[in-house]
Amino acid sequence: MIEIEGLKKSFGKKVVLRDVNLKVAKGESLVVIGGSGTGKSVLLKCVLGLVRPDGGKIRIDGKPVDGAEREAFLARFGMLFQGGALFDSMTVWQNVGFRLLRGSTRRPKDEARAIALDKLRRVGLGPEVADLYPAELSGGMQKRVGLARAIATDPAVIFFDEPTTGLDPIMAGVINDLIRSIVTEMGATAITITHDMISVRAIADKVAMLHEGRVHWHGTVAEMDTTDDPYVDQFIHGRAKGPITALR
Amino acid sequence: MIGRFFATIGRFVLDGLAGAGSIALFALNILSHLVRPPFYWREFLQSVLQIGWLSLPVVGLTAVFTGAALALQIYAGGARFSAESVVPSIVAIGMTRELGPVLGGLMVAARVASSIAAEIGTMKVTEQVDALVTLSTDPTKYLAVPRVLAAVVSVPFLVGIGDIIGIMGGWLVGTERLGFNSATYLKNTWAYLEFWDVGSGLVKGAVFGFVIAVMGCYYGMNSDRGAQGVGRATKTAVVAASVLILATNYLLTEVFFSS
Repeated sequence: MIEIEGLKKSFGKKVVLRDVNLKVAKGESLVVIGGSGTGKSVLLKCVLGLVRPDGGKIRIDGKPVDGAEREAFLARFGMLFQGGALFDSMTVWQNVGFRLLRGSTRRPKDEARAIALDKLRRVGLGPEVADLYPAELSGGMQKRVGLARAIATDPAVIFFDEPTTGLDPIMAGVINDLIRSIVTEMGATAITITHDMISVRAIADKVAMLHEGRVHWHGTVAEMDTTDDPYVDQFIHGRAKGPITALR
Repeated sequence: MIGRFFATIGRFVLDGLAGAGSIALFALNILSHLVRPPFYWREFLQSVLQIGWLSLPVVGLTAVFTGAALALQIYAGGARFSAESVVPSIVAIGMTRELGPVLGGLMVAARVASSIAAEIGTMKVTEQVDALVTLSTDPTKYLAVPRVLAAVVSVPFLVGIGDIIGIMGGWLVGTERLGFNSATYLKNTWAYLEFWDVGSGLVKGAVFGFVIAVMGCYYGMNSDRGAQGVGRATKTAVVAASVLILATNYLLTEVFFSS
């Protein structure tokens, strides 16, 4: 469903993506791992059109993603940002119902609020938080609201950017379980980027490791645990010594 | 040494031209969005409240003290050639043509360009602008267009109200400190004031409103990362808006009154 072919991106002299090739099948949950600064976020932003790639092709359902095609893609897309990226001038339910209050998916206000409350319930938040502002919520609650916003219009594709960063282990586990169950129930195609190996095991059908601007390794979670690739082995076990230099 | 000097100057000029071109394209993009749906009315009305209504106190205070000081200065200057009686008309013309729009514009620039740049800059660095894109919402259309239109509509109103308050500041000083008769002062104010004196100031206000909001939005949207980046964007937006207000004021005065 999502095909990335020969993707390249540099910022000045710094080459971030050299030649990324990746396919994500419909309904598959792919987790992209890799060290800090290896271009995981840039990869997602290229797919979304937030960053213009220097070369390569991105296709969704076989069609190149540009112009009107990207708009059509975004209309059935949801994303959970690392920091939540909630609009702090809006209440929680207005954040969740942002898409339902505007544009082509616009609904009457009462209906939008009802859907927003339902999505909040889906991520374990009650109606008492609906009229609060994001600044009044804890980090974990903000992540859940971000998740509710991402699934508000039942998207076919969801991206998760570092979904558990900054959360305590229990809240991270809750978010991981939520992501897994939402992706499974909705049958959505998901791409997650994370450093958190617990998240990888909880969320992933397939894993891709980015290293030096390329997809260094690609396989299932079971294959990841048994691979003899020294890069993957060093990364998943968090070893300071190995082929990946610790200082970049 | 000389080569390096010219290289630095060349780089400075090229950067300046690139920046000016980028701002011009941004402004053109905003103008093109004005005629393309959707239009975000709620955001527009909120911006009118923020830019127009909440700027009234600062613009009013600026105008009243400016009008009062102007009356004192013209009276003192006019006394040198026995022309004290021109105080009401010069205060009125000075306020409506120049001081009302320019000082009002500068005060709004300080208050609004900084606030817009800080708000959008913070949204940029916390990925809220990216989130808008993922929610099928064009950030320029959603964030910049309503603010720019609100500023274009609101600042002329602020200038008009500032003109009235400034003239009343002059009247207050004229009647309480300089011994003018109240009715005569007001009669002389109206007698020599022409429609275009006020109209030109209002047109200037609309142009200054456009400049202020475009600068705030542009530097906010192009803010660097972190608190320092947002701070720099805010400072640059205010400085750029202020300088552009003074420059466009001169150009508009040339166009309106040079003949």
